[in-house]
Amino acid sequence: LAHGAGGKATHTLIEAVFLEAFRNPLLEPLGDGAVTGTLALTTDAYVVRPLFFPGGDIGDLAVNGTVNDLAMCGATPRYLSAGFILEEGFPIADLRRITASMAAAARAAGVWIVTGDTKVVENGKADGCYITTAGVGTLDRGATLSAASVTPGDAVIVSGPIGEHGMTIMLARGELDLEAHLTSDTAPLHDLTARLLSACGGPTGGPTGGPISGAVRCLRDATRGGVATVLNELATASQVSIVLDENTIPIRPDVRGACELLGIDPLYVACEGRMIAVVAAGHADAALDALRAHPLGADAAIIGRAGDDPPGLVLLKTSFGGTRIVDLLVGDPLPRIC
Amino acid sequence: TGPVARAGTARVRIRVEGIVQGVGFRPYVHALARRLALSGWVGNDGQGVFIEAEGPVEDLARFQRELPGQAPPLAVIDRISAMEIPALGARDDRGFGIAGSRDGGRATLISPDVATCADCLAELLDPACRRYRHPFVNCTNCGPRFTIVRDVPYDRRTTTMASFPMCDACAAEYRDPCDRRFHAQPVCCPDCGPALLLLDGRGRPKEGDPIREAGAVLRSGGVVAVKGLGGYHLAVDATRAAAVQALRARKGREDKPFAVVVADVAAARELCVVGPVAERLLTAPARPIVVLPRRAAGIAAPAVAVDPGTADPGTAAHPTTAKHADAETAGGMDTPVRIADAVAPGENRLGIMLPYTPVHHLLARELARPYVLTSGNISDEPIVYRDGEAVDRLGGLVDAFLVHDREIHARAEDSVVVLAGDREIPVRRSRGFAPRPLRLPRPVRRAVLACGAELKSTFCLAKGEHAFLSPHVGDLENYETLRAFTDGIAHFRRLFDVAPQVVAYDTHPEYLSTKYALDLPGVDLVAVQHHHAHIASCLADAGEEGPVIGVAFDGTGYGADGTLWGGEVLVADLAGFTRAAHLAAVPMPGGAAAVRQPWRMAVAHLDAAFDGAPPEGLAVRARNASQWDRVSAVARSGVNSPLTSSVGRLFDAVAAMCGFRDRVTFEGQAAVALEQRADLAEEGAYPVRVESAAPLLVRGDDLIRAVAADLLDGVDPGVVSARFHNGLVGATVAACVLVRDGAGTESGIGGETSSGIGSGIGTVALSGGVFQNGLLLGRLAGALEERGFRVLTHRRVPPNDGGISFGQAAVAAARDTADR
Ligand SMILES: [Fe+3]
Ligand SMILES: [Mg+2]
Ligand SMILES: [Zn+2]
Ligand SMILES: [Zn+2]
Repeated sequence: LAHGAGGKATHTLIEAVFLEAFRNPLLEPLGDGAVTGTLALTTDAYVVRPLFFPGGDIGDLAVNGTVNDLAMCGATPRYLSAGFILEEGFPIADLRRITASMAAAARAAGVWIVTGDTKVVENGKADGCYITTAGVGTLDRGATLSAASVTPGDAVIVSGPIGEHGMTIMLARGELDLEAHLTSDTAPLHDLTARLLSACGGPTGGPTGGPISGAVRCLRDATRGGVATVLNELATASQVSIVLDENTIPIRPDVRGACELLGIDPLYVACEGRMIAVVAAGHADAALDALRAHPLGADAAIIGRAGDDPPGLVLLKTSFGGTRIVDLLVGDPLPRIC
Repeated sequence: TGPVARAGTARVRIRVEGIVQGVGFRPYVHALARRLALSGWVGNDGQGVFIEAEGPVEDLARFQRELPGQAPPLAVIDRISAMEIPALGARDDRGFGIAGSRDGGRATLISPDVATCADCLAELLDPACRRYRHPFVNCTNCGPRFTIVRDVPYDRRTTTMASFPMCDACAAEYRDPCDRRFHAQPVCCPDCGPALLLLDGRGRPKEGDPIREAGAVLRSGGVVAVKGLGGYHLAVDATRAAAVQALRARKGREDKPFAVVVADVAAARELCVVGPVAERLLTAPARPIVVLPRRAAGIAAPAVAVDPGTADPGTAAHPTTAKHADAETAGGMDTPVRIADAVAPGENRLGIMLPYTPVHHLLARELARPYVLTSGNISDEPIVYRDGEAVDRLGGLVDAFLVHDREIHARAEDSVVVLAGDREIPVRRSRGFAPRPLRLPRPVRRAVLACGAELKSTFCLAKGEHAFLSPHVGDLENYETLRAFTDGIAHFRRLFDVAPQVVAYDTHPEYLSTKYALDLPGVDLVAVQHHHAHIASCLADAGEEGPVIGVAFDGTGYGADGTLWGGEVLVADLAGFTRAAHLAAVPMPGGAAAVRQPWRMAVAHLDAAFDGAPPEGLAVRARNASQWDRVSAVARSGVNSPLTSSVGRLFDAVAAMCGFRDRVTFEGQAAVALEQRADLAEEGAYPVRVESAAPLLVRGDDLIRAVAADLLDGVDPGVVSARFHNGLVGATVAACVLVRDGAGTESGIGGETSSGIGSGIGTVALSGGVFQNGLLLGRLAGALEERGFRVLTHRRVPPNDGGISFGQAAVAAARDTADR
């Protein structure tokens, strides 16, 4: 169970098994996608229950997720492939609904789904439907985004309110008697990233790709494990501290209410249309303006800063003036109170 | 006499190990040797005290006989070894001398800090004495130790007193073996010692006598940061409600009780019931905060903590409230001192401490009334102890700083002991106790570091037979605390020369102490289940190895099956355990949220007891009507609702049902309310089934149904609380009897050995945070003894998670010897 929750266990799994087996220079950074020259490539598998939820379904999730992984590399998404694993007896009507929303999402993101595959597995497997998508994007800028390039002083920006997708899914499972009006935040972020990159000084790397960090150090979509997990990865990769200010983190009241009811820390809840942008201090305002000018970034906010001490840790300044450690979770959160 | 060795003359070399430095041991040896007319010398080194003594055989024998018996009060002798060496005769004609310190091995034990002794207090208050009102007066028998020690051997140059060269008068006392200050490392006087200074809230010096000015700030209702032994405290006048409220607001501490300092035992008696045990604890050299029953006249009305507007005052008022509600305004000479209600809201007991440094004595006399003294920190962070940091972090909270220029090297927060009847319950072992080593039942083979738990964190280093349990560190999820934890480990490793090869840790995967342990390179790791560590700490505290029936009741700890345990009966020795019985598990709706909101545990327990349909009309449900069904649904869904067998959470549920607490702002608050409100005269007990399974299942649902029925019948919540306590006692005794004697003729369980049931073990160890509850502890221990059990309880190490690291060290020691 712990493997896959987006925490430390997943990291250990990835490093011990996959990196060990496949090691190569493109895989090594373990980013959202791989970049070689002007080409970006990524793949992702989607398993979500329920398949249909307020604000989306597994179909647009599968398109937007892969589009976003490409966008986080600084790429313009171009082509997608789609693989379907269907449970025997899965209703055709549901499949049509899913493919329709995939088509709509692809249209909205300006990508073509150009190839695919379908397998049917026996009853009781695959929870109805699993989808994998892979994506190819092109980079027309030389900026090299890297989790390892965060520098003390940098601003940490979140593009919008956090936790909506994860809480929506949790409530959509229907076991909780809660009439919250939550919808998933699933959305393609390539437009937002393009605006951000051009607002922060445009291409800053050499035309043939010297690894020169631009003002935008790094972009990450805060999916599994939420903002907390992404920031821990950045802090570790760059050996910087990241200090968040609790009062600046945008959270919609409905999400906050659901999180309180469930005793869940919104920092660890998945988003499917929110990203973290780390930007050099001098460009933070320009970045914020660029994001806020776009509907998907209207509520963007600076939520913290990178620093040099303590390296590798994410801290949260609480409203009481305390400093809480926002740790990478090993598995499911369990109370630590005796 | 001529240079001829007398017949019957011998010479011995003696080594004394233990806490024998900085406690007046050498002058003591010197005086004893002189009295017996022996020659030779005594000195300190890295291992303790070494002696060579020569004289007639019978005098030497007497010397060795008397040596341990009349040692100074602060000395703790672990071992004395002696060997005969050739007599020097005429070559040793200089009588008996005291040698200087010499470096050597680094196994010296460091004394804890010691409260100002009676002799020094007399000097402090004597206008004729050169140390009159000297805020740093100390001697061999008292004063700072651990908190000023940078390194061993214990010598002035290795303490933070190194920067204060002694004046001639002090140096003479320091050198005179017959003086009370002989080799007292922190000795000083107004001419050569540190000086007090009063600063304003922004750290700028203020004019005037610092004590008098600080007193003036306090009297006017201000908050003063006072630099003490192990850190900065915040002080306010305890009789001024507004001042106490201001302190709460600034510190972010809603209603957790504060402790107060009073000048002496007589002043303590005005506030609390002080019997002989309480007096001994209050005046002990460690000077802990002692939590004592308040005198009836001082009791304030405990307010029911529920949502505003829904409080039911009918169940809340304390019988003595009405009479004294108007006494607030009285201030006449004959009116006893009245502590502001906000000091310990709703509590019928009070934490009291007598002054332990000259500064605290002077302040107590200056104010002539009790003052609150609480750790200088923000919410749950560790106590501030560095001077620069103090102004930065506390500047916004205080109106003045009462400081001095002697650096604090190591943090130590005040220790806390709860007195329940005549039973001492250690709640926090810190200043005055740490780092006195605790003896392990069996020496460790390789050096051990035990990383403790998460809240009330401590760590423990073990080497040989000694376990060095750290002072209280705090809640690790705060970064400052984590840093105090790692810095503290480094300091202890250096101080006690321990290089751990074995590292023990809790099995909870998310504890920061666990993650710290797992990241240490090149050590052997020993995972210790939380409740096993609790029981091991109780065993080792008693110097025993088991096997024992271990009753571990606490909030939550990570169980061997991945659920959260906390109502466990283990058959355990130091090396291992079997889960023989436990409380039936219920979900914790919302995980940690269920800890902060005890009413959620009422939802979970009521759903479990009434199959999801609890009876109408319960006040707890009415108070939380808007959220009740949702929380019930959260529990049913299993989302972030781990199963727990915790007795602490059962207390929470019953406290909420009784209307005592729906929400808590500090750990154990609801359980404390339930304990304090229990009607002690009530002897009735709710029935609890213990199901013959392996492990045995203690059915909390019986208790919950009985509580609900009584409350619906209008039974007084204090009576309900007592019946609940008594019922839990009955169930626990029943489980222990089954574990000892087996299930008899019932089903085939008796023959099973792996279950622990029918173990034949006749000793029970009681541990876990729930056993800070004096009512439960006292009644359970009594009932177990009636059934022929021998009962072990905590004496030196807290039953709460502050004792976990010590238990882990004992387990690691047992496993490391057993394995090889
Ligand atoms: Fe515990
Ligand atoms: Mg992805
Ligand atoms: Zn003294
Ligand atoms: Zn002097």
